[in-house]
Order: sequence, then C-alpha cells, then structure tokens
Amino acid sequence: MRGTALLFYILRRLLQTVPVVLGVVVLNFLLLQLAPGDLATVLAGEAGGAPKEYIDLLRQRFGQDQPVIVQLYRYMAGLLTLDLGYSFRQSAPVLQLLLDRLWPTLLLMGTTFLLSLGFGVTMGLLAALWVRTWKDHIVSVVAIIFYATPLFWVGLMLILLFSIKLGWFPTSGMEDVVAFNEGWDRVVDIAHHLVLPSITLSLFYLALYARLMRASMLEQRGLDYVTTARAKGLSERQITIRHVLRNALLPVVTMAGVQVGSLLGGSVIVESVFAWPGLGQLAYQSLFARDFNLLLGIFFLSSCLVVIVNLIVDVVYVLLDPRIRIG
Amino acid sequence: MMKSFSQRFLHNPLVIVGLSWLTLVLLVAVLADVLAPANPFAIVGKPFLPPAGDFLLGTDSLGRDVLGGLIHGARTTLLIAVLSTLAAVAFGALVGAVAGYYGRWIDDVLMRLTEFFQTIPSFLFALVLIAILSPSAMNLVIAIATVSWPPIARVVRGEVLSVKSREFVRAAIVAGQRDSAILISQVLPNTLSPLIVTGSLLVATAILVESALSFLGLGAPNQMSWGFMIGAGRSFMREAWWLVTVPGIVILLTVLSINLVGEGLNDALNPRLADA
Repeated sequence: MRGTALLFYILRRLLQTVPVVLGVVVLNFLLLQLAPGDLATVLAGEAGGAPKEYIDLLRQRFGQDQPVIVQLYRYMAGLLTLDLGYSFRQSAPVLQLLLDRLWPTLLLMGTTFLLSLGFGVTMGLLAALWVRTWKDHIVSVVAIIFYATPLFWVGLMLILLFSIKLGWFPTSGMEDVVAFNEGWDRVVDIAHHLVLPSITLSLFYLALYARLMRASMLEQRGLDYVTTARAKGLSERQITIRHVLRNALLPVVTMAGVQVGSLLGGSVIVESVFAWPGLGQLAYQSLFARDFNLLLGIFFLSSCLVVIVNLIVDVVYVLLDPRIRIG
Repeated sequence: MMKSFSQRFLHNPLVIVGLSWLTLVLLVAVLADVLAPANPFAIVGKPFLPPAGDFLLGTDSLGRDVLGGLIHGARTTLLIAVLSTLAAVAFGALVGAVAGYYGRWIDDVLMRLTEFFQTIPSFLFALVLIAILSPSAMNLVIAIATVSWPPIARVVRGEVLSVKSREFVRAAIVAGQRDSAILISQVLPNTLSPLIVTGSLLVATAILVESALSFLGLGAPNQMSWGFMIGAGRSFMREAWWLVTVPGIVILLTVLSINLVGEGLNDALNPRLADA
C-alpha cells in the first residue's frame, strides 16, 4: 500500500516540475531576445561562427517573420525534444557536448555532496554535544570562517600549499591523460585529482550544514518528546542517536536539497580554477567564445538537474520522516 | 530585565570587531582617491616586488601597486554589492508585500515566481545574464539583484501575513486609507527588523558573487576590484604568492565582518531567540 502511495507521490511531484522546466525554456528564450542580433545569428554563435546556410535554416525553422509567440513555441518545441542545436565554436551538437561533460560534474558534485553533508553533520552534532565548551567554540569559529571564504580563493590557496609547495596533489585536470591508465589505476588517478576540487567546493557547504545541524540538535533537545524519552528511562546516548539525531537531520536534508543549484554555480568556479573538464568549465569557455547556444544549453540542463535532485531529496525526506503521510 | 537594542548590539565583541573592519573598509572606499591618488592600473615600479619594500603590499605582474588596487577595489566591490542589495531589497519587498497583502491568486502567482527563481542555479543565471548583457558595473548590479531578491520576498511576505490582520491595519482600512498608503505607512515598517537582517547578510553574498564574477573575468571593465586582482594574479602564484593571498584575505575579512554584524543585529532585534 505504502509502495503505491509513494509512486503516486513521485508522479505528482514529477508533474509539479513541468512548470519549472517550461519556465526555464521561456527564460532562455527571453535571454536570447536580450542578446544583440536576431535569434538565428545568436544561436549560431554570432558573427563568423556558422555558415550562412545554417543561419538561414535556423531563421526558417524559428520563423523570423512570424510573431514572437510563434518563435517561442518553435524554440520550446526544439528544446523539449532535446534538440539543443549545434555549436559551431566546438563543432559538435550541443547535446553531445553536454553529455560528455556531465559525468565529471556529477562526480565532483556527488563527492562534494557526501563530503560536506557527512563532515558538516558530524561537526554540528559534536558541537551540539559539546555545547558552550571550548570545543564547541572552535567548531563554530571554523564554520563561520569557512562560510565567509570565497570559493575560488580557497581553491587557489590549496593549490599554492598542496600542489606548488608540497607537491602532494596535481594542480589541474581530472586525470593524467598521457599516462593512459586503465582500470583500477585510472580510478586511483581520478580520485587523486578529485581531492582538491572537492575539498574546495565542500568547505562552504560543510560550514552551512554544521551550523544548521548544531542549531537543529539544540532545538530538538529542548522538545517534549526528549523529556518523555528520558522519563521512560532511555539513556542519553539512546535519546541522542535514536530520537534527536533523526529529527535534527530533517532541516539539514531540506537545506542540502535547496543548495543543489548553488552547488552547480560553485562548480563553475571550481572547475575553472582546477581545469576540471565538466559542465562548469564548458560554461566558462562558451562564455568567452560568446557561444550562447551552448551556454543556454548548459543552463537548461543544470536547471533540469536541480529539479531532478530536488525530487530525489523530497522522496528521501518522505522515507526519513515518519510524520509525513503521503497520498 | 530586557536590555535595550544598542546595549545588546554593541556589547557583543564580535559585532565590535566586525563593525571596526567594515568602518575601515568603508572609509577607504570613500577616500580612495585621497589615499591612493594614482590610477590603480598605472605602472609604478618593477613587476613582482615583494611586500614590505617600496610598496607595502608589493607590485603585481605588470608593476602595479597592490595596495592601491585594494583601495580602489574596495570602492568598486562595495558599491556594486550595496547597490545590488538595495535593488534586490526594493524589488523583493515589493513582491513580498503585494503577495502577502493581496493574498489569493496574486500570492500564488508571485510565490511560484519566487520559488522558480530560487530553484534555478542562481550563479549560473547571473553568469548567463552578464554574458548576454555584456559586462559593466550596471549590468553586474542588475545580474546580482536578479538572483538575490527571492529570500527578501519570502521574509517580507511572511511578516506582512502576520501583520495584516492586526487591529491597526484594520483601523487604517476603515479610515479609508488607500492600499499603497497602508502598505507603506502601516505594514512595511513592521517588517523592518527581519528585512534589515536579511538585507545585511545579502550584502555579504553580493560581495562573494561580485568577486567570483570579476575573478572569472566578467567584472566591470576598467575598474579595479578584489576578485579581478585574484584572477589576474592566479597565473603567477609560483613567483608571487601575495598577489592572490592578500586580496583573498581582504574579501574573507569583509564578508566575515558583515556576517558577524548581521548575526549580531539578528540577536539584538530578536532578544528572545538569542537567549534560547
């Protein structure tokens, strides 16, 4: 019974994402209208990017002589069938470029997500257990400093210390391409390259989750159910682990879902600092090539990614919180 | 006994530290032309002179004075951060107030819009906006404001909802005041304290976004800024560590100070929460 209810819940949430995706498409279209030149020239990568035949083809397809609303409809129909056009700067279909760069970004984001959530929750939990002691203060001070540090600067400082001075980690890239590693060696090589970028991207979120977790733990500890549990004779350890921790995690999970969009923005910076070959670096390149078609494709895909991750977080939330009834 | 606002606010040592640094940065930004009369892009000496020589913080790869750059950068960065926050607060407050006050379908539409802007990856959106509008100080303000108004709208809406059924608002309606007058003179003043806290924290975020954009080379052209200095120095980290390190510490201290002051404000304005 719970299974079908969950399925319906997922379907309903899926339906709710439709307006967001449509909204992004409309936003993309509006942005294209803002750019100098008509839709076809902008999409083709501005002057010199594309052969004239392709621009004429685009003009015809979007119906440049038609009212804007018709152009919007045709643009929308293109995007929603995943026809993201062609990038003449990179000489490849946009969709192909995006899919090639998706995995490095997902790897970086996934690692960061686990790292920041794991360490952030642990730090917040410990700070709450040590509340008002010097250990709690140290955690709080570290968190508030990480929270205020610019991402790109952390990355550069880590490179300065660990790559240039100590030589422990590579300065850039995702793997040693000339080594032609295969199998397990390749995994180790990529993990070695992943260390600094993922730490860089993690610090801010780690601080955010630690602060939130600490506050959430302290709030939960003062609630009636804790008194009940204590009256029932449970040990403090049991109360903390079985009751307080589970409830205190919920706001952190919500926040982690909310932060996915900002994580993607952060990965643009981190990828350009570490030359990590993901979507962020592609965005950075397309920005300066004025390859708007590719840039907007990245924006579209990233927004879809955020929507999907939010959906997953919501489902996890339902599974985690017994108070939420679905259906 | 409940202490007064200024007692609570100014007796917090972290707030004093934050306020001192911010006052210094603000003074430097205002007096930039007096403190460092030379154009920050001017070449004043040999490249890569280390700090504590002829130039207190050394020179960069082209022989430009790093301290002069920091001083003029303070002006650019602060100006863009403050202006974009003001724009975001104005727009967010308008959206939130209208949504909360009128309720029903207007509320629905405006809140869906707010959620939409919170869902899309905001830094990426700012990046796309700047790329399409072309980098300039004005466009930076527009882009940063466009991605930072949603939290303001939410805060103001929440406050308006809790205030609008109170007696003084009803009295104003009965007295025949117009909606706009009620919103401005009766409702909005009551949303002021959370608005100030959220707004002050937004300035910190705006500085981080502005620095990141300038670092990526999308900052205001021909204007020295902290992020730009780091971006320009990153290729020379091996030879000149101070080019990247020093501006980064300045950004860190400034953002940290704003956060400390913002949290101090929050504690002072909501004394009951702070005691909990």
